[in-house]
Amino acid sequence: MSDWLANSLSSFFGDPHALLVLVIAGFLPNEVWRMLGLWLGGGVDEGSEALIWVRAVATAILAGVIAQILVQPPGALASVPDWLRYGAVAAGFAVFMLTRRSIFAGVVSGEVAMVAGKWWLG
Amino acid sequence: MRSVATTVLTLVLFATYVGIGALAHDSHFSLGWVLGSTVLVWAGPAQIILITTLGSGATVVQAAIAVAVSAIRLFPMVVSVLPTMRTAGTKRRHLVLAAHFIAVTLWVECHRLLPLVPRERRIAFTHGLGCGLLFVCLVATTVGYGLAANLPVLFAAAILMLTPLAFLLSTARNCRQISDVLALVLGLALYPLVATLQTGVDILISGISAGTIAYGAHWWRARA
Repeated sequence: MSDWLANSLSSFFGDPHALLVLVIAGFLPNEVWRMLGLWLGGGVDEGSEALIWVRAVATAILAGVIAQILVQPPGALASVPDWLRYGAVAAGFAVFMLTRRSIFAGVVSGEVAMVAGKWWLG
Repeated sequence: MRSVATTVLTLVLFATYVGIGALAHDSHFSLGWVLGSTVLVWAGPAQIILITTLGSGATVVQAAIAVAVSAIRLFPMVVSVLPTMRTAGTKRRHLVLAAHFIAVTLWVECHRLLPLVPRERRIAFTHGLGCGLLFVCLVATTVGYGLAANLPVLFAAAILMLTPLAFLLSTARNCRQISDVLALVLGLALYPLVATLQTGVDILISGISAGTIAYGAHWWRARA
């Protein structure tokens, strides 16, 4: 019984080492900023120059992650040709701008462009 | 009108987490691991950075630095929202869970909805909203993971494509200043260049340099 439980837990969570990595590389570096905000909150001006820089760097890092997924696609996305991935994102962005910044319309159009292109290629 | 806006935000969040579930599957993480990351990290960008950096062979330290830098933006969010929940009798430990739930969607919703809630009920309201969104995201993560495992390649690719699309457009929507727009554009453009150097911390190098150039442009404009 305990073997069965241990087996199903390990197939659900995988390697215990990976969970440790999740806590060290994912949970702690992320949570520290929330707790700092809780402890030090009040003394920081939301419009201060330092926070404008922080926001710009955070935005640029996120942009890098988006570029990474598009340029070095993981798994199944690698089966879509480069030009089609870039074209689909461009189409989604164009529709987003045309619809006065509707995220929903942009995401749907980008997806439709990619699936249609891939289907047409066969 | 209010409920429509809520629905659209929740839909985008749902799509994002379907994408994260699919990304985790295709980067060979377990379902329990990615669900754990949704509960513990509770920040879409940090989870994607964690999965892509670890998945592409970075060390734990490199991944932790990339996550920490991306998460600095949570600090001003927590600082700006928590005071609106505080009453004279509120202790810091009452706010720990509320602080954990703060991420971009909840931050936007708190600024929109908290003024309508009596002050002494705001912490409970935030806990309720946070648990509700967390539940939606756990379902979405599981759905994405399962779909990536079982669908034909075309649909699995479409689900993975949700992540860059949803993040690009929601970031573009949140751009308020010239520095935000420049940071987004330069960050997209610089990454492929820096990636050719294969340093292992490509995202950090391109992000910090693009962000700093964008901030420099803002500073220069403000002075002129």
